[in-house]
Amino acid sequence: MWALRFSRYIRGAPLGGGSHWAGLSLGSRFTQAASGRSDSRQEAAGDPRQRGLVRPRSYRGGVYQNPTWQHVEQRPLPQKKVTVEVLDHLERLALVDFRDWEGVQRLEKAIQFADQLHAVNTEGVEPMDSVLEDRCLYLREDNITEGTCTEELLRNARETVEEYFIAPPGNIPLPKLEGRDTFLQVSE
Amino acid sequence: MAASILRRCWGSLLAQRCRTGDVPVLHNGQTWRRAQAPGSIASGRRAGNSPAGERGVAPWVAVVGLEIHAQISSNSKLFSGSQVQFAAPPNSLVSFFDASLPGTLPALNRRCVEAAVMTGLALNCRINKKSLFDRKHYFYADLPAGYQITQQRLPVAVNGSLSYSLCVGGKKNQMVTRTVRIKQIQLEQDSGKSLHDDTRSQTLIDLNRAGVGLMEVVMEPDMSSGEEAAAAVRELQLILQTLGSSQAIMAEGQLRVDANVSVHHPGEAYGVRTEVKNINSARFLARAIDYEIQRQIKELENGQTVMNETRAFDYKLGCTIPMRDKEGKQDYRFMPEPNLPPLILYDSKSLPANMNHQQVVNIDWIRERLPDLPSVKRVKLVEQYGILPEHSFTLLNEDGLMEFFQNVVRQTQMNPKKVIGWILNDMLCYLKQHNLTVKESPVSSLLLADLLNLLERGAISSSAAKQVFEELWKGEGKTPLQIVKEKKLELIQDQQEFEQICQAVMEGHQEEVMEIKKGNRKVLNKLIGLVQRTTRGRADPVLVKQILEKRLSQ
Repeated sequence: MWALRFSRYIRGAPLGGGSHWAGLSLGSRFTQAASGRSDSRQEAAGDPRQRGLVRPRSYRGGVYQNPTWQHVEQRPLPQKKVTVEVLDHLERLALVDFRDWEGVQRLEKAIQFADQLHAVNTEGVEPMDSVLEDRCLYLREDNITEGTCTEELLRNARETVEEYFIAPPGNIPLPKLEGRDTFLQVSE
Repeated sequence: MAASILRRCWGSLLAQRCRTGDVPVLHNGQTWRRAQAPGSIASGRRAGNSPAGERGVAPWVAVVGLEIHAQISSNSKLFSGSQVQFAAPPNSLVSFFDASLPGTLPALNRRCVEAAVMTGLALNCRINKKSLFDRKHYFYADLPAGYQITQQRLPVAVNGSLSYSLCVGGKKNQMVTRTVRIKQIQLEQDSGKSLHDDTRSQTLIDLNRAGVGLMEVVMEPDMSSGEEAAAAVRELQLILQTLGSSQAIMAEGQLRVDANVSVHHPGEAYGVRTEVKNINSARFLARAIDYEIQRQIKELENGQTVMNETRAFDYKLGCTIPMRDKEGKQDYRFMPEPNLPPLILYDSKSLPANMNHQQVVNIDWIRERLPDLPSVKRVKLVEQYGILPEHSFTLLNEDGLMEFFQNVVRQTQMNPKKVIGWILNDMLCYLKQHNLTVKESPVSSLLLADLLNLLERGAISSSAAKQVFEELWKGEGKTPLQIVKEKKLELIQDQQEFEQICQAVMEGHQEEVMEIKKGNRKVLNKLIGLVQRTTRGRADPVLVKQILEKRLSQ
């Protein structure tokens, strides 16, 4: 009887209503489940609130088998056009070559994709500095452990002179928009 | 007549402005000369469009801010385990991380963190218990990764102050103390070294220096002249050397200073600033800043505007020239360093109980172990030995001179106030002439103490002592006593011999004796001089004067 009830849920039928499920409330029940499996089963059997609701057998050992997030309506975000000045600035700074308008469109789509983040309400939430959240920064002792591998390093370079790497003289800045042969100019 | 009135008016005006702001006011030398021309107040061509201040000439005020990079004195680099050494075969102290090979990650050096915290505490900063690392992107051949790991958002230490003293006044004999605020102290990586080979149109890159830990000390623009900047840098250098966090030798590039200079009229908004780089010593720093201030004043008075650019100081020509590589405002695209979590520092209150103490940097522990800072040492010297503050400055300025002075005082009975005279006037003078450091001096503290003891006992005169000192300087290993005996420099102790010599001199110069008896006392000095010459400096001048006077009054 027990097993039958559970097997119906395992088949992965849509749980809850529609394509939404309250991710948060499930989450809290999940944590309870994690702490005491047997407890929650007994509790679930007796508690009338939980009859008919999902028993997350899909949560096994800390990994969710089914997604628990909410779908957000794709509100049409303002289509931002990237100006020629910005494109020139980017080409100069990052030394990328957009090559043609297709490249610029790809950039605009990427910006639009990232702009979805604005849909999230981040009021009162501290910005995350690093995915290594609570881990401490490891401090190394001040000992000399590496370094004398000159030959190996120089093998990477095409040209070397007496154990120095060779580079062109100074920075050669990208010529201004007027002086360059680029598709950005044509558009104007 | 008109000129003198003008001068008085101008003088009082300057004094007023100086009193209210305590800021050195600069005015174009040319304009001053024009104002002195008789009969005219605001005559002649006033260059450009400088606004008409009172009396027709508007003074300029310079604003100088410094960014100082001090190389941390540690065995290994900031984020990798390669050695830190000044002169080494090219590219021999480079690890895979320093060369930015893919797949390498930074590992922070604990000693560098401690050095930064020590410096922050010495400069009265607030130490941030949580600080973050960022990436600063720019392309240059000596920066293999294309970015530098620095701390821009939240550095290790903020809001400190540095007090320095400088000599002001016409004769440069008055010491005033000024303070400059420290905006922040942050840890960052050094870039490699590039040697420009113009003949073959290429640059040779040596990455030995890439990745070495630097402390960047950012100062607020509180200074207004090259002299103040040089004094502040000198004081910071002494502090860093005392703490041991950096050896701060400018010649070896361990202390690099960039100056941001702008000029404006008092009361108006700040002018456009330029950045001056490539300054190799404190002396050049003062010159570079002063040159830049004058250049900007000239530009503005000629009606042109100052461009926001980076200029390099050419020490041979003594001027600043624009740097071609750094035109326009740089956009560094700062971004949090994803490979490094926040750096957490602890103090005694916040230290968790069971943490591996190798992973802990305890601010209170470091604060307890801070050595005496130069300012504290100076106060102690003045209190202990009764010397003037200016002397304590000179003592601390020279490496090892303070210990030398203390050793001499310990071994001699002479008053420290007199000893300091010997140290600063004679000892230091000889050291400078022969370009030696105190450690290389042929005259040890023991020898000098012996000499001063002889002088104090009255065995030799001060001029004889100077002769002995010169002899000692030759470094032949003789003691002062030996030299005195060899050269027969002892003061004549025998009273009778003295009297005989004086008598002889008086008899030989009857004219002078007559003059003195008539009342011309100045001739007495001539007689004393003659006695000295006869005895070859072995006569105590005071005694000679006494005897002569006694004789003459007879």
